[in-house]
Amino acid sequence: MADQEENIPVMQRWLDNPFLLLFLGITIPTVLYILWGVMEIANIPVAH
Amino acid sequence: MATTYRICPRSGLQFDTDAEKLMRFHAVAGVLSLLVGGIMALGVILTRWPAVKLLPADVFYMVLTAHGIDMLIFWIIFFEMAVLIFASSTLLRCRLAMPKLAWASSWLMVLGAIMTNVAIFQGESSVMFTSYVPMQAKWHFYLGLILFAVGALLICFIFLGTLVVAKAEKTYEGSIPLVTFGALTACIIAIFTIAGGAVILIPTLLWSLGYIREIDSLMYRVVWWAMGHSSQQINVAAHVAIWYAIAAIVFGAKPMSEKVSRTAYFLYILFLQLACAHHLLSDPGLGSEWKVVNTSYFMYFAVLASMIHGMTVPGAIEQAQRLKGYNKGLFEWLRKAPWGNPAFSAMFLSLIGFGFLGGISGVMMGAEQLNMLIHNTIYVPGHFHATVVIGTTLAFMGLTYFLVPVLFKRELMFPGYAKLFPYLFGLSMYIVALVMMGAGTLGVSRRHWDMAFAGAPMAYEWPGAAYLMMGLTGIFGVIACVSGGLWILQIVFSILLGKKLEEGELRSTPIPLTLPAPTTGSHVHPPATPGTLVLALVFLTAFILYYFVNWKYLSSLWGLG
Repeated sequence: MADQEENIPVMQRWLDNPFLLLFLGITIPTVLYILWGVMEIANIPVAH
Repeated sequence: MATTYRICPRSGLQFDTDAEKLMRFHAVAGVLSLLVGGIMALGVILTRWPAVKLLPADVFYMVLTAHGIDMLIFWIIFFEMAVLIFASSTLLRCRLAMPKLAWASSWLMVLGAIMTNVAIFQGESSVMFTSYVPMQAKWHFYLGLILFAVGALLICFIFLGTLVVAKAEKTYEGSIPLVTFGALTACIIAIFTIAGGAVILIPTLLWSLGYIREIDSLMYRVVWWAMGHSSQQINVAAHVAIWYAIAAIVFGAKPMSEKVSRTAYFLYILFLQLACAHHLLSDPGLGSEWKVVNTSYFMYFAVLASMIHGMTVPGAIEQAQRLKGYNKGLFEWLRKAPWGNPAFSAMFLSLIGFGFLGGISGVMMGAEQLNMLIHNTIYVPGHFHATVVIGTTLAFMGLTYFLVPVLFKRELMFPGYAKLFPYLFGLSMYIVALVMMGAGTLGVSRRHWDMAFAGAPMAYEWPGAAYLMMGLTGIFGVIACVSGGLWILQIVFSILLGKKLEEGELRSTPIPLTLPAPTTGSHVHPPATPGTLVLALVFLTAFILYYFVNWKYLSSLWGLG
C-alpha cells in the first residue's frame, strides 16, 4: 500500500488533495486581485 | 437517524435519501427563482425594446434588480448546491456529511432569497444586481444576500466534508471522478465568492443601518466584483462538469485524458476568479499592471482551460460514437448523435454558444484597450447572457430532463416539447446575445431605461441599426422567455402530475465498491478525433478574426489606422 502511494505522481497527489486546492484557489485571487487592488486604491492621494 | 440508500432502477445511481431530498429541494428552489427572474426578464425586454417601452423608469429599475439577483444569484446557486450534493454523495456512493446542518443551511438560503426579494419588491431597493454605493438599498436587501451566502457557504463545507467521509469510508479508489473534481472546482470558487461577498456586504449592511458613515465607491467595486463575477465563474466550473456528465450519461463517453481535463480544472482553480478585474478596466484609480496581470496574463490560463474543455468534451463524444461504428467522414459521429434527446441537444448548444459567443467576447472584453469599445454598453449583458443563459442555464435545463425520472421518479410529460425546447430557447438566446453585442458595439447603454435619452439636453442620434438590433433583442427575448416559461410548466407538471415511476431498492447500507476486473491482453487504443480537431480549428479561426476586427475597429476610432 505504501509502495502504491509512493508511485502516485506528485501532480496527481496535489490534485487529489482538496484542501491544498482550496488553499491555492483562495490565496491566489485574494493576493492578486483583492489585496493588490485594495492597496492601489489606498495609495491614491486624497484630494484637499 | 440511520442513513438509507435508494438504488435508482433507471440510472443505477445510489442516492443517500437525505441527499436526494436536499437535491430536490434545491432544484425546486432554483426553478422557482428562475420563474421570478424569467417574469422579470419579460419586463426588462419589453421596456428596452424601443417600440414597446412597457414600464416607467422606477418600475423598470426595480424589475431589473429582481431579474439580476434572481437569475445570477438565486437560480444558479440553488441549482449548483444540488450539483455539489449530487457530485459528492451520489457519485462517490457515500452518505452526506452533516445532513441536519445541510437542511438548516438550505432553509437559510431560502429565507435569504425571500428577504432580498421582499426588499426589492417593496420598491426602495432598486439598486440593480451590482448595488453600487452610494446607491443604498434597504437593510434587508443586504441581510437577505448575507443569509443566502452563509447557507451556501455551509453547504460548500458539507460538500468538502462528504469528500472526507467518502475517502475515510473507502467508497471510491484512487482519485475522485472527473465530474466530482469539476464540482470541487466550483465549490472552491464558491467559497472565494462568498468570502468576498461577506467582506463587502457586511459593512454595506452596517452602512444601510447607519452604523458606518460612508463606503468608498471604488473600494466597494473592487471587492464586490470578487463576489459578483466569481459567482458566475462557479457556473463555468459547474456547467463544464455537467457537460462531462451528460457526455457520460448519453454516450457512455470517457474523458479523452483525465490528466488534461483535471489540469484544465486546476487552471480554473488558480486563475478563473481573476477575470473579476475586467469590470474595472475603465476605472481610473487602478493601475495598468493590476488590470493587465489579472485580466490578460493570468486570465488567459483560464481561457486556455475553457478551450481544453471545449475540445475534450466533444472529443470524448466523438471517441464514444466512433467506437459504436459511426466512422464515416469527419462528422458522421455528430450527424448520428441523438439530436432529439434534450439532455444532449441542450448540452451541445450550451457548449457551442458558450465557446463561440460567450468565450470569444469575454476574451475581447478582457483586453484593456478593446474593453473601451464596449465598456458599460449592452454588449456586456450580451456577453454574459451567452455565458450564463446559453452556457449555464441551458446545460442545467438539459440535465433537469435527466433528473425528472431519476431524482423525482416521475415520467416526463409533453416529451414532444422537450425535443423542441433546446432549439427554441437556445437558438433564440443565441440571437439575443448576438444582437445585444451588436447594439453594444454601436454604443447602446447597458442599463439605461430609454436608449434614446428622450428629453435629455444632449440627445444622441443612434443609427437605425441600433434600433433594429434592440427590436430584435425584444422579439427573440420574448420567444426565449415564453419557451423558458413553458419549460418551467413542463417540469412542474411532470413533477406534480407525471406518472409515478418505480422507486427502486431501499437499503440501509451502501452497495460496496466493486472494482472493474483487471484487463489482460491487448489495450484498445481510443480512436482519433479528426472531427473535433476541425471544430477546434473553426473556433480558433473565428477567435482570431474577431479579435483582429476589434483591434481594427479600435484603431479606426482612435484615428490611428
